[in-house]
Amino acid sequence: MLLRLKNINTFYGKVHALKNVSLHLAEGEIVTLIGANGAGKTTILNTISGVTPAGSGDLLYHKEPVQALAPDRIVKLGISQVPEGRQVFKPLSVEDNLELGAYLRYRNREGKSSIHEDMERIFTLFPRLEERRKQLAGTMSGGEQQMLAIGRALMARPKLLLLDEPSMGLAPLVVQEIFCVLEQLRSERGMTILLVEQNAKAALRLADRGYVLETGKVILEGDAGELIENAEVKRAYLGKDKKEIWER
Amino acid sequence: MQFDQILQYSLSGLSTGAIYALIGVGFSIIFNATGIINFAQGEFVMLGGMFTLLFLETLKLPLWAAIPCAIVASTVAGLLFERLAIRPLRQATPINLVIITIGGSILIRGLAMLSWGKDTHAIPPFSGDDPIAIAGATILPQHLWILAITVIIVIVNRIYFYHTISGKAMRACAYNRRAAGLVGIDVHRMVLFSFIISSAMGSIAGIIVAPLTMTAYDVGIMLGLKGFCAAIIGGMSSGIATVIGGLLLGVLESLGAGLISSGYKDAIAFIILLLILFIRPQGLFGKAESERV
Repeated sequence: MLLRLKNINTFYGKVHALKNVSLHLAEGEIVTLIGANGAGKTTILNTISGVTPAGSGDLLYHKEPVQALAPDRIVKLGISQVPEGRQVFKPLSVEDNLELGAYLRYRNREGKSSIHEDMERIFTLFPRLEERRKQLAGTMSGGEQQMLAIGRALMARPKLLLLDEPSMGLAPLVVQEIFCVLEQLRSERGMTILLVEQNAKAALRLADRGYVLETGKVILEGDAGELIENAEVKRAYLGKDKKEIWER
Repeated sequence: MQFDQILQYSLSGLSTGAIYALIGVGFSIIFNATGIINFAQGEFVMLGGMFTLLFLETLKLPLWAAIPCAIVASTVAGLLFERLAIRPLRQATPINLVIITIGGSILIRGLAMLSWGKDTHAIPPFSGDDPIAIAGATILPQHLWILAITVIIVIVNRIYFYHTISGKAMRACAYNRRAAGLVGIDVHRMVLFSFIISSAMGSIAGIIVAPLTMTAYDVGIMLGLKGFCAAIIGGMSSGIATVIGGLLLGVLESLGAGLISSGYKDAIAFIILLLILFIRPQGLFGKAESERV
């Protein structure tokens, strides 16, 4: 088991954002979290990343407790997050953004050549970034910024990639391109992926398993195929109304 | 109105402006890394001068050795200030931290007064004080030292922020602290760095200006405020905009003092500060924020 959350409770001040959330990821799995706005999907990622540490419960990575660690320590362990809304460093160039993704590797005095090799690999995944390598990140389109955010996270060579709504605000074709890359990352590098999505349909098609969240609780979990067929999921998250489901 | 008179005022204004620029960049670096205005910045300027004096007169070191020692001592003071006053309160809001820096500045000033007394002291100029004539105006060698050292620091600064991974990480922190943490940058370490860099820069400013203006336990207040003013003109940029802000402020101040009345010298700086804050709070060269999502 790569990552396990056991009875995690997280608070924003007095707001009880996660209530006894338990979930797990096995190595090489793609798992998706679906749920409405405010269900706690982003909070789960931020709790794992150490941005909003859990108030109680266990967060185990390779069976080691990691819930009290700061964000940079979590990255060091091999867990990288692609945050909601991309959050690339807009005043810096594409190359600088990617270099900063490898910040910890620079600090470990890892040779520049292997970092640059990785950068070239990112450019093979996202050829559009290569064309814009000297451009400031803030001048690119939303889709390109999303690619850069993913590339930046990959530069740290993570074993587990956390993605927060990578499809938000993007054209369907770009979403398809990005999801293709995620699939490729799993098949070629054995990457484990935890994907938070509003676009439940696309996410469940890509994922092996899924968890459905509502108001800070896991209300449903199962294989992605089962969830896609689940009547409740269909109604609430796949945009089918009751009529379509019940009168068929 | 004589041309050479204006030239004279502008030249001496440029060198005081360079001092304001160095202090202002120090303000901006800390502001960008932490979101707080460090009102103790001026005290590190004072410490630079006073420590130089300590090493020079009490410990009898030669000037070339006293200066680096003073820079190191002031930088250590900046480091301790971050560790003891800022870091323990990292959950505090920026406004609370700003108030803490004001408290810190009063404390540092008080300690300086207790250890060095209230007298004004002079540091010898770095290379004599024979004036040099330039097109009808004269400047002192110390003015040249100030301009040269400022240029060097601005260049080193530029290289650090644009061409080293640590400098880029600091810019990333300034732009988006959360995202910086998520790529593995230790944000608290960057905050410490920012205090180290700006206290070093402040102390250098204090040292190079001391031979011209003398130094005392309380020079930090006014120099700090002028530096803050430069940073505001520059839109809190840690780059060239603040440097230009400082030079502009120095020249205007010097022209105003020379051509209107020297009694208005400080008032000019603060009128500029207020005007900028009212009319262009984003700084003289800043663009209003525009974002692309």
